[in-house]
Formats: sequence, structure tokens, C-alpha cells
Amino acid sequence: MNNPSQQQWHQSRMNREARFRWYGRSALIFSVLMLAILLGSIASRGYLGFVQTQIKLPIVYDAKLLAPEEGQTIMDISASGYNRLVQAALRAEFPEVTDQTQLHRLYALVSLSAGGQLKHQLATAPDLLSHATDIWVPAASDVDQCIKNDLLCLKQSNDRLNDEQIIWLRQLDEKGQVHLAFNRNFFTHGDSRTPEQAGFLGAITGSLLTLAICLLASFPIGVMTAVYLEEFAHKGKFVDIIEVNINNLAAVPSIVFGLLGLAVYINMMHMPRSAPLVGGLTLALMILPVIIIATRASLEAVPPSVRDAARALGASPLQVVCHHALPLSMPGIMTGTILGMARAIGETAPLLMIGMVAFVVDTPTGFSSPSTVMPVQIYLWGSSPELGFAEKTAAGILVLLVLLLAMNALAIFLRKRFETRW
Amino acid sequence: MSKISSKNLNVFYGAKQALFDISIDMPEHSVTALIGPSGCGKSTFLRCLNRMNDTIEGCRVEGQILVDGKNINAPEQDVVQLRSWIGMVFQKPNPFPKSIYDNVAYGPRIHRLVQNKHDLDEVVELSLRRAGLFDEVKDSLLSPGTSLSGGQQQRLCIARTLAVNPDIILMDEPCSALDPIATARIEELITELRNNYTIVIVTHSMQQAARVSQQTCFFHMGKVIEVGTTSQIFTSPIHQQTQDYITGRYG
Amino acid sequence: MIKKRSLQSVHLRRTNEKIVMALLWTAASISILITLAIVLSVLFESLRFFKSVPIFDFLFGLQWSPQTAMRADQGGSSGAFGAVPLFVGSMLITLIAMVVAIPAGLLSAIYLSEYASRHLRDWVKPMLEILAGIPTVVYGYFAIMIVAPLLRGLGASVGLDVASESALAAGLVMGIMIIPFVSSLSDDIITAVPRSLRDASYGLGATPSETIKHVVIPAALPGIMGAVLLAISRAIGETMIVVMAAGMSANLTVNPLKSVTTVTVQIVSLLVGDQEFDSPKTLAAFALGLTLFCVTLVLNIIALMVVRKYRERYE
Repeated sequence: MNNPSQQQWHQSRMNREARFRWYGRSALIFSVLMLAILLGSIASRGYLGFVQTQIKLPIVYDAKLLAPEEGQTIMDISASGYNRLVQAALRAEFPEVTDQTQLHRLYALVSLSAGGQLKHQLATAPDLLSHATDIWVPAASDVDQCIKNDLLCLKQSNDRLNDEQIIWLRQLDEKGQVHLAFNRNFFTHGDSRTPEQAGFLGAITGSLLTLAICLLASFPIGVMTAVYLEEFAHKGKFVDIIEVNINNLAAVPSIVFGLLGLAVYINMMHMPRSAPLVGGLTLALMILPVIIIATRASLEAVPPSVRDAARALGASPLQVVCHHALPLSMPGIMTGTILGMARAIGETAPLLMIGMVAFVVDTPTGFSSPSTVMPVQIYLWGSSPELGFAEKTAAGILVLLVLLLAMNALAIFLRKRFETRW
Repeated sequence: MSKISSKNLNVFYGAKQALFDISIDMPEHSVTALIGPSGCGKSTFLRCLNRMNDTIEGCRVEGQILVDGKNINAPEQDVVQLRSWIGMVFQKPNPFPKSIYDNVAYGPRIHRLVQNKHDLDEVVELSLRRAGLFDEVKDSLLSPGTSLSGGQQQRLCIARTLAVNPDIILMDEPCSALDPIATARIEELITELRNNYTIVIVTHSMQQAARVSQQTCFFHMGKVIEVGTTSQIFTSPIHQQTQDYITGRYG
Repeated sequence: MIKKRSLQSVHLRRTNEKIVMALLWTAASISILITLAIVLSVLFESLRFFKSVPIFDFLFGLQWSPQTAMRADQGGSSGAFGAVPLFVGSMLITLIAMVVAIPAGLLSAIYLSEYASRHLRDWVKPMLEILAGIPTVVYGYFAIMIVAPLLRGLGASVGLDVASESALAAGLVMGIMIIPFVSSLSDDIITAVPRSLRDASYGLGATPSETIKHVVIPAALPGIMGAVLLAISRAIGETMIVVMAAGMSANLTVNPLKSVTTVTVQIVSLLVGDQEFDSPKTLAAFALGLTLFCVTLVLNIIALMVVRKYRERYE
């Protein structure tokens, strides 16, 4: 046994074993590393989306500047009209700027949404009229990006801001009038063409409405189908066909469901495009097999002894199911449903098909108002060439991921808490 | 010097102790039977002899097992080589889903015990003959091992074990899944193999132990109660517990 | 004294139950209705498409530039609807994805089930599940923001011209997305191989890697083939990663450094936007959808059949 060639062979076997183990380890390390890079790169970009550059300016609520016409009140002036107050404040800060083109560049430092903010402020505190207060207004997107990328654009000049603007910014900063603040807009506004105003609220609301419809449509039908298949159907051709059907539906690409939604809901039934109603119903088609499979698995896990005991006491088959099997399998059904919903909330392709890709600014009010959902908003922002949207996209992704994490955690918690070992 | 001897062997599954201070000697070229009621640790002890317990997570072995004087529990012992000296036949026949030929050739191939195909053919034929299976399968060596009957599958597993030329063969209730005729064949085979190999067999059946073994060890609740020659254990056991088990008071 | 149930209440319960059973039966039929609806609606629109563009031209044509006729009465559109570049693009990206996902997923599953301690499994399995749960639009963003520029830069540094929407970038990210899918399927399949076979191999003195290579994997092979087919089906049907990271131009090429477009990308681009529903452009999307559905259906059926046969063997 111990001749040298045998020893050699043995050694090469041991080497092969060690190598193989390393292949396995590397595969795992690769996967975990990819996850880390993915999440890390999104987090590092996304956190910037939650903050916003603001500039403090002494605003005078001067009625004369607003110049209402005959019969108009101050409140009738449009939000953009209030930008004149901002411009006045900027002129006060930099009295040396007089040239028209220079002035335009000066005004360009502040976001156009500032007007709306001022109007809103006046509406809530009307006694500000004719008074002066220091107000933090949002900076324009170019300024915002510049500051976030390298504080105060100290490093290099760029084609977004010219040197004059950089000098003015530095002056403001030296006086302590530039800072990064939490971007409340992100959670209170809907989408917008300008990145600094763009918010996620419309998408969040749309997602919740769509998910509600999806749940309402898929849960009852899914559970009922599973109950029928598992408890009542006689083994035969019909049941086999349904089973094969469900397994296939679970593997159909999601975009095909979008085509179905388009052809049936929108074209045939003329439902409103881009509404949570249609979106929810389309997603319900997709999630139905998931719920059916999860419910069947849970029902199957209930041991026959429980059913036998109920039957022996004279319960009818339906009573056995409703009073015993179904309640015992509820935790499993809930877990499966939550996981199904988690999948639905992240789906994009089918909703693109039914039209949720339009630019929707207002937060949806009902199930048939045009809306968008979180993943679609992420897609729209992600495909936008404007630089300011990159961080918004990542921020939106973070919000979506946190929500998904919460849903998965809930599902795991339910599973652990109510898991019964038979 | 005995072929195998265990010294103060203790085995733990996690916090639970399964074997307590086992010290047995097993002589060469004979059959040693391990008997006892279910769950008393006989299979656990058997699996210690070729370190199969290493594959079970959470299992801890303390103590020595000497094979030809060398302690196989020592950390430097190469488990892979050890298992080519000590073969194992399991309770339920477990041929690989390969042809009969490939089943038997598996061991010699991975250990590279032969240099060419011709030698391999010889080893396969010899092993199948020794296991008493060759005449029945010589025309269908390429058909799957799983197509054989239960008894034939078990003999195939024995042939597979013999092909690596071990010194010791461990058998864990090899006949419990077989019908009486197949069982008789295997018992015949064991008696034949005894001349060239050292065999340790775990069995649930006392009659089987009486038929095939020369030495018997009686296990109970993880301890060895009595060790002796088979005739002595079955006719005049020393301990009351042994007597109770043999006469069927419990089991 | 225990009252016996009145005949009336028994009757009532029976009628109630009949109603409930009818409801249940209806619910079960809905799932068939859905499949029928998919097939019929997609088929219907596709047939209308094949009226203006012959099916042969669609399936085998090499030119894809979908333009519609300017006026409804113009006979035949001026655009070309040959889908071969799309099929090749889909297959190229799928191939790249499989090259990443199958070794990584399979080896991960093998390591986790054969070598890893329980401690490691408890940590790594949830991480793989997280990878699986991340929405594909996030992967798409990752592809355009990080992977594509990285590949472009790497390519430039060795003198290769890597397109900013290369098949390689899309394929790589898609592969990463599919790793947990392959891993969890393979894990189930490998665990289904009975322990007794492993014991037999170890008992003969084989190392774990030899046992895996010569006993476990051959025994699990049908199941693994099924898993691979399902992974391919998943890759072909994937939309968001390619919509964001792959291109729109229908190049007929197998060079992974170039930009290609896929079936799913074209479906999206043809239908997103304000089109007349009946123009050949939109109908072309349905024809593509029909092709996609048929291909994935065939793959899924074969895969599920293979896996079912495999499980029957061990149960």
C-alpha cells in the first residue's frame, strides 16, 4: 500500500479535494461580494438623495413686488410669481451685480420651486406680509450636484456652474448661508422635471394602492383554488390539468402578464390606463400561482390525524377544512402571501405594458387615477439623462429595499412564531 | 494481539452521551457479533471503527481504537485511506445508480489500485465471485446495479467492499431488509469470508449472531455489559441483563 | 340531554355547502381561464400581425427596423420585422448570464450542502435569499451605473472597445441575479439524493469531492438539468435589466462587447408610448410576446417533467 506511486496518487487526491473546496468557497464569496457591492454602491449614492442643498436668504414679503392686479389677492399670484421675492433677496445679498446676464446667472443659483415654498409659507402665516425673515430655500439642481460632489466646487470648474457663480456660492458659504439639510421634498412631493423637486410620494402611494388591489383580487381566489385542489377535488384529468397549469403560470415571464393586461383590461374592457386598478389586477394574475402553491403546501403540512379526528366527530368535509385545516395552515398561507406581495411590489415590466410609464406629478387619489409605482419611478429616473436624478434613483431604491426588507422580516417572523412542528 | 481493540471509547452527540467507556478486543479472521436492544449504541460503535461518525455534525469521539496496534482516532490518521482498509456494508442495500461493473470498480478506481482495464476486469470478477454473485450477473455487468433483487443488491454491496481489498469488514444489520432465503445466502457468505477477513457484524437477531459469530458483545444503553465467546454468551451468560435479553424478557 | 340536529338545519347546511363548493370550483377554474386568456389574447393579436407581415419573414428575417406605413391604405409596411437579431441578442445575453450563474450557483449549492457548517449556512442562505429578492429594476440600475462604465473602462485600458450598452454588462448582471435561483433549486435537488449513497461512497474511502463528482452529481443530474432549463427560461424572459442595460439597435452579432437588443426590450419599446393600438408596430410586440411565451412554456414543461421524474426516483 505504501509504495511511492501510491503515495503520490493519494497526495494528488488530497490536492484535488482542497482545490474543489476552494472552488466552492470562491463561488460563495463571489455571490456575497456581489451583494455587498450592489448594496454598497446604491447606498453610497442614495444617501445623497435624502439631503438637499439649501441657501439662506433674507426674504421680504413685499406686496409691491408681487404686484397683484386689480381684483387679485396676494394668494392668487402663481407660485412662480413668488420667485420675484427670491430674486430681490439675491439682489440684496449681492448688490454689486447689475448686468442682466449676470443677474440671470445669479438667479439660477436657487431652485424655481422656492417660489412655491414661499407661497405656502405665507399661506400658513399671513402675518409675515411686509416683514422680512431669513428662509432656507432649496438650491438649484446644478448647485446641489456641485456641492454634493465636491464641497463648494473647490476642486475644478465645470460646465454647469461658471466661475462667477462659484465665487458667489463661496461668499454665501463663508457667511454660513449654505448647508445640506434633510430633503423633506422627497417624501412629500411627487415626480417633477427638475431633480431637486422630485419626490417619491406619488410612487409610494401608487404602489400601496396597486398592492391593495392585487391582494384583494389574488388572495381569496388563490386560497379558494388551493382549498378546492387540496381538499375536495377528485384525482383526475381535470385536477392534473389545473396543477400543470398553475406550475406553468408560475414560471411565465412577467412581461407576458403585462401583454395580457394590455389586451384584456385596457383594450377589451377599456379600463383607464396607468391606474392602480389595472396594475393591481395585472399583478394579481401573476401572484395567483404563488399564493395557490403556498396555500397548498401549508394545507398539505397539516397532518391527516387532525382531519381524521374532526371527521370522526361528525364534521362535514367543508367543516373540517374551515374549522381545522385552514386555521392551522394560516401562518404558512400568510407567509406565502406576504412573500408574493413582496415580489409584486418590485415588479416593473407588466406595469410598463399597461401604461404606468407616463409622467405623473400628482399623488394618486383613488384606484382609477393615473399613477406610477415605485419600481417604475425608479426606472424612469434611472433612464433620465439629468445628473441630479441619479441620486434620486438610488434613494428611491433604498426606500423600496427597506420596504421589502420589512415585508420579508414580517414573513420570517410569522413563520418562526407560528411554526408548529408536527 | 487482537486485530481491533477499543480502549475507553466515549461518544457524544452534542451534549448527549451515546457510548460509555467501551473497551473490547476483536480477534483476527473471525466474526464478532454486536447485539443488544434498539438504540443501545451498537451501530454507533460500529461506525466508530471506520470513522464514519466523522460525517455526522456534532458527533464527538473520545478514546482510542487500535487497529493492528495503531490508534485510528489520532488526528493525523488519514480517514480516506483508513476506509480502504476497513470496509462497510449497510443495513439497506445502497448500490450506486451505475452499472454493476462500475459499482464494483468504483473503489479500485478512486484508490488507483490497478493500472489498466484488464486488471480492473479481473478485480471486478474476483470480487463478484467472492461475494457469490458472479455467476448470476456475469452476462449483465453493464446493467444498472439497482435492477437487481434485494439480496443480490446486498451481495453487490459486499462485492463492492471486497474490491478495495480491506482487512476488516463492518456489517450494520446487513440482512434486516432481506427475505429469509437471501439472508441465508449472506450468512453463508459471511462464514466463507471469515477465513480471509475480520468481520464485525451488528445484528438485531440473536439467532443470526449465534449462527455466524465466534465472539459476541452485548450492548445495553451505551455500555458493554458482557463480552465472550458466542457459545458461552448464549448458553451460560454471566450477567443477569444478558440472560434477560437472550431469553426475550425485553428487546 | 343532547339534542339531535333538526332535519331542517341539516338541510340548510347542505345547501350552504353546495354553494361554497360551487364557489371553490369556480375559483379553481379561474386559473385555467387565465392561461387560456393569455394564449388567446396574445394569439389573436399576433394573428392580426401576421396578416401584414408573413410569419416566415418574422421568424427568419434578419432585419429588424420596425416602422409603420405612413397611411393606413399603404399596402405592406416599409419597415422590416425580421426577428432573428432579437433572438440572437436574447440568446447571447442568456448565454453570458448562464456562464456566470450556473457555475457560481451550482458550486455554492454544493458547498453549502456538503461542506458548510450549520453556522455558515445560517448566515449565507439568508444573504442569497436577499440577492433573490432584490427587484430586477435595481439590478438594471446597478448595470448602467456601475458595471457598464467599469467594463468600458477596463476595455479601454486593454485597447478593446466595449460599448456602453454591451451584451457583456447586461449578461453579467443578469447572471448575478440568477445565481440564487440556480443555487436554491440545486440545493433542493442535491439534498434529495439519499444519504445512503453518500455513506456508501465514504465507506469505500472516497473524499467528499470524489463523492460529489462521481456519486452525488450523476445521481442528481436530471434534476440539475431541469434547474438549468428553468434558469434559461428565467433569463430569456427577464425584462428590466436588459431594458436598462442593453441597447435598442438590432445588431446581428455574437460579440459580447457590442450592443444588442433582445425580444423583451423590443416588446417594451414597441408598446411604451402613445401608439395606435392596432398599428403593426404594436401588433409586432404581441407576436414577440407569443414567441417568448411559447419558448418559455416549452422549456418550463420539459424542466418540470424532468424534475418530477427525478423526484419520483428518490421518493
